[in-house]
Amino acid sequence: MSGIRVLVGTRKGAFILSSDAGRKKWQVDGPLFAGWEIYHMKGSPADPDRLYASQSNAWFGQIIQRSNDGGRTWEQPGTPPGEPVTTPAGMPKGESNKFAYDTSSGSGKPLTTHQWYDGSQREWEFKRVWHLEPSLTDADTVYAGVEDAALFRTVDGGQTWHELAGLRGHGTGPKWQPGAGGMCLHTILFDPDNPGRIYTAISAAGVFRSDDAGKSWKPINRGLKSAYVPDPQAEIGHCVHRIAMHLARPDVLYMQKHWDVMRSDDAGESWQEVSGNLPTDFGFVIEVHAHEPDTVYVVPIKSDYEHYTPEGKLRVYRSRTGGNEWEALTNGLPQQDCYVNVLRDAMSVDSLDECGVYFGTTGGQVYCSADGGDHWVPIVRDLPSVVSIEVQTLP
Amino acid sequence: MLPHHLQTLARVGAEVELEIEGPVSLRSVLDALEARFPMLRGTIRDHVTQQRRPLLRFFACAEDFSQAPPDTLLPEAVRSGAEVFIILGAIAGG
Repeated sequence: MSGIRVLVGTRKGAFILSSDAGRKKWQVDGPLFAGWEIYHMKGSPADPDRLYASQSNAWFGQIIQRSNDGGRTWEQPGTPPGEPVTTPAGMPKGESNKFAYDTSSGSGKPLTTHQWYDGSQREWEFKRVWHLEPSLTDADTVYAGVEDAALFRTVDGGQTWHELAGLRGHGTGPKWQPGAGGMCLHTILFDPDNPGRIYTAISAAGVFRSDDAGKSWKPINRGLKSAYVPDPQAEIGHCVHRIAMHLARPDVLYMQKHWDVMRSDDAGESWQEVSGNLPTDFGFVIEVHAHEPDTVYVVPIKSDYEHYTPEGKLRVYRSRTGGNEWEALTNGLPQQDCYVNVLRDAMSVDSLDECGVYFGTTGGQVYCSADGGDHWVPIVRDLPSVVSIEVQTLP
Repeated sequence: MLPHHLQTLARVGAEVELEIEGPVSLRSVLDALEARFPMLRGTIRDHVTQQRRPLLRFFACAEDFSQAPPDTLLPEAVRSGAEVFIILGAIAGG
């Protein structure tokens, strides 16, 4: 019988929520990595028991954790306990936490500065891994989106990481600037029909696409309008919060921007606004139904100065038409005195016949709908503030 | 002496004993610590610059070594093992 595993990253550790396909009785395991910020945890599509986690804090920096048994045990992949501390060649281990920007001449362009909040230029400084995206086909290959924004890749199961420097080096880097949460690369999407095609999104720079497996990149932000930048339709500078894709229709992309919900039907070459009748088009998450490519979910947030749900009501909005026409989903969600946020990586879906939808809040609740959003129940109510949610549908 | 989070990473207790040949300096102590517990690389000093992470401090014999150059020698009492070298997370909230 199939089952569900929900991987929850919080400000103070990770949790794993498990259920059978009924999605009614849940086992809660954790906290893992207690006291650390877990920005993201995700399983490999090629091997569901291979999990990766980004563990960090301001004092001690970045740690990469890996599990080979579905989260029961974890190790830093560069330094398995009990093994010699050097490689047979005498090289030190402990490289799995090292994210060093590429400064080699082979990068093509000087990779020196980006724009700071006040418009001045600053050097890149690594802070943390925001998002880990395992390859669709190889459990040892994982892409990491980091702050300050850059894309890294491992091909040895997380033991070593190397920057795909063509993204920072393609020329627009000096115009990138941090959003309120930092200058983060937070979204990585793979086109299953085109192995060379990768999308990334950066706050606040925009969306970028590579068609050669990450060697070269171009910005794809035509149609985005952002009133908070000097040229609202500039090629670079848009605070994209999240993009989402249905694997069966990879040329269609959905975006939750700082303000505006957007859609592209041509692999990002152009974007159209589909905010429609949403009560506010500010928000962070956006997700697509597992079986219906035109069914999209967002959680509207009041504004960029008030990062909580409008009117004290926690409402997921669903469009069955690929945007523009939205309906509020409220059954089981608090409809008074609720002032939480749902962060950009904190919504996911399962792929059971009746698609389950999951999201976590800054108030520590993780909600599940086992019927595509019509009814919601909390799996847990009192975790630390939730940063990320990923769902695995197990065979 | 390690802060709590580094103890859990290295799977050790609060105090770690290190054998060091030659001068006992900030650099040689941290080199020896990272050689024995490579999972701590990058958690105390930056991977690339080797500079102390901003929210950590170093103390020994009631003296603050946080701003001292890396080759500063530590007190004899630390070298002999009579006193501990303390790596401490600065109190910065959270």
